[in-house]
Amino acid sequence: MITPLTRITSRAAYFPETNIDTDIIFPARYLLRLEREGLGECAFRDRRFTSEGAEIADFPLHRDGWRGAQAIVAGPGFGCGSSREHAVWALVDFGIRLVIAPDFGDIFAGNAVKNGLLVLRLPKEVCDDLGRKADEGAQFELDMQAQTLCVDGMKVCDLGLSEEVQQAFLNGWDETDVILNRDLPAIEAFESGHKLRQPWLFA
Amino acid sequence: MAQTLYDKLWLSHVVRDFADGSSLIYVDRHLLHEVSTPQSFVAMDKRGLRARRPEANLAVADHAVPTVNRDKPIADPMAARQTARLIENVARHKIPYIALDDIRQGIVHVMGPEQGFTLPGITLACGDSHTSTHGAFGALAFGIGASECGIVMATQALVQRKACNMKVVLKGAMPPGLTTKDIALKLIATVGANGAAGHAIEYVGPALADMGMEARMTLCNMAIEAGARVALIAPDATTFAWLKDRPMAPKGDLWEAALAYWQTLRSDADASYDREVEIDLEGLAPHATWGTSPEDALPIDAPIPDPALDANPQRGARHKKALDYMGLRPGQRLEGLPVDVVFIGSCTNGRLADLQAAAAVLKGRRVQEGVRAIVVPGSGLVKAQAEAQGLDHIFKQAGFEWRDAGCSMCVAMNGDTIAPGERCASTSNRNFEGRQGKGGRTHLMSPAMAAAAAVTGTLTDVRKLEALA
Repeated sequence: MITPLTRITSRAAYFPETNIDTDIIFPARYLLRLEREGLGECAFRDRRFTSEGAEIADFPLHRDGWRGAQAIVAGPGFGCGSSREHAVWALVDFGIRLVIAPDFGDIFAGNAVKNGLLVLRLPKEVCDDLGRKADEGAQFELDMQAQTLCVDGMKVCDLGLSEEVQQAFLNGWDETDVILNRDLPAIEAFESGHKLRQPWLFA
Repeated sequence: MAQTLYDKLWLSHVVRDFADGSSLIYVDRHLLHEVSTPQSFVAMDKRGLRARRPEANLAVADHAVPTVNRDKPIADPMAARQTARLIENVARHKIPYIALDDIRQGIVHVMGPEQGFTLPGITLACGDSHTSTHGAFGALAFGIGASECGIVMATQALVQRKACNMKVVLKGAMPPGLTTKDIALKLIATVGANGAAGHAIEYVGPALADMGMEARMTLCNMAIEAGARVALIAPDATTFAWLKDRPMAPKGDLWEAALAYWQTLRSDADASYDREVEIDLEGLAPHATWGTSPEDALPIDAPIPDPALDANPQRGARHKKALDYMGLRPGQRLEGLPVDVVFIGSCTNGRLADLQAAAAVLKGRRVQEGVRAIVVPGSGLVKAQAEAQGLDHIFKQAGFEWRDAGCSMCVAMNGDTIAPGERCASTSNRNFEGRQGKGGRTHLMSPAMAAAAAVTGTLTDVRKLEALA
């Protein structure tokens, strides 16, 4: 169900503002949907379209040359706010697989990795510089196998992912399956001890 | 080695550690609501998984439910479908569910503590960022996404990374007229809306001892608006007295055993924290937000900052956008700004003490003409208790609508919305663009401040209103 992430070669859209919250990424009125598929049309909805439904031309992903870009460079606090995983599902469905920012909302970042969306924390100066380059149309190249990010052919950084996380991205593994396959005996063992220590939780 | 309360709670739930620094954490309790779980159940059903410990879960519909006409079917077909789906899902997995017509129904973060589902020392997860609320009981509680809701139900465990410890010291005593909502807004303005990301906050300070559980819950609830997924207050006699005899709290010998353990739940005297922030309560004025992030909070009498003068140009750019959205100018004061709507409620400020504080301001007063004012109790039980004290009469006589329990105008997905351009004095937790309705303008504040705004029709320093009385 999760599309493996092996390589991205794409321009990046730059969202310099701070604290782009999950309500901006996915407005609450779409939370009544029961599905996780097809949510891309809701992504940044109120930034992309006017109340009358007209497309807003200067939205970073609407600019000529940036349509279909797979990467975003953002200001600090991207994805802060609500825990709605819809924000991640919508971004991925919209085609985004990489977001670079100085820091992220913790819950958003946790949701991202479970859905094949790589969130990359880089120092603010680096993000500002990458943002300028993104605006100039630089090519962002992510190689998950080599764990590198290059911009216009110049290496920016190693991704620094653990092998488990790297393999999850490369193979589209779902964390539920990983835990079920690997950890059930450990959970059972913990649970028996926990029951003795705090029996009131099992009454 | 000396440990913080967070360290202790964490270590007592580690199933196993992984090489990359993450750990598998046992989750004692899981609260479910209708919005963040439909996809979780799809993921479980697809794998043929069952809820591992159904009784460790508790479900309620709160986000999308109407707060009027509750005797009739839900009018919005999508909201009706979502609640129906929750009922089907929990029935299939034998998960306890509190129905819409049950007096216990309410916002997850109001209902959970009320029922004694929330206890000190436990890990508690919920597909809602304001799960930090439950940290007021000394529970390690945090918001999770829908995938994690499915993982918790199926395995009772989650892969998490231990957060850094952040101590928030409340210095001095609470001045009159100040609430924990004001303290929370001050903290968020100080550290920034994501400034405490990666940290678990522990509140300490002498003022906490005199605070009721409701005030403490408000404080922990808003921690996520500073970026902290976890907030904690060490449990004490107030906590234990509040929990005793709650329906799902332990009874008899188990209560005694639990109490003995809970009394050990505090940070060691010499525990070290990665970060420390001090909030001086002395002279702290009631706060309200002016912008579109909870960090855009100011004392009610302070002028709105000029984005052009901001030392941080990115923040200045956001502030400029926020001022345009909010229809405000640099240098303008919040005090005296006319409001169209007043909302009292939410998981932040929808509890009995909050309604009492608002009613104390409203008693013998009227809502200004042209202002639409609604009060939405956090649960059916809060509503019943308020009615037993006659608070509903005070609200209704003042001109407020007295609604049924739910998240209502805090997340505005149940039909309770404000119109584009409308200005709302709100006791909720987020003033994001469009949060209370597309184009709506939200000013966050305490229940007493919201009540004062309703009475004068403008943002008002409640302390001055009290003086006038």
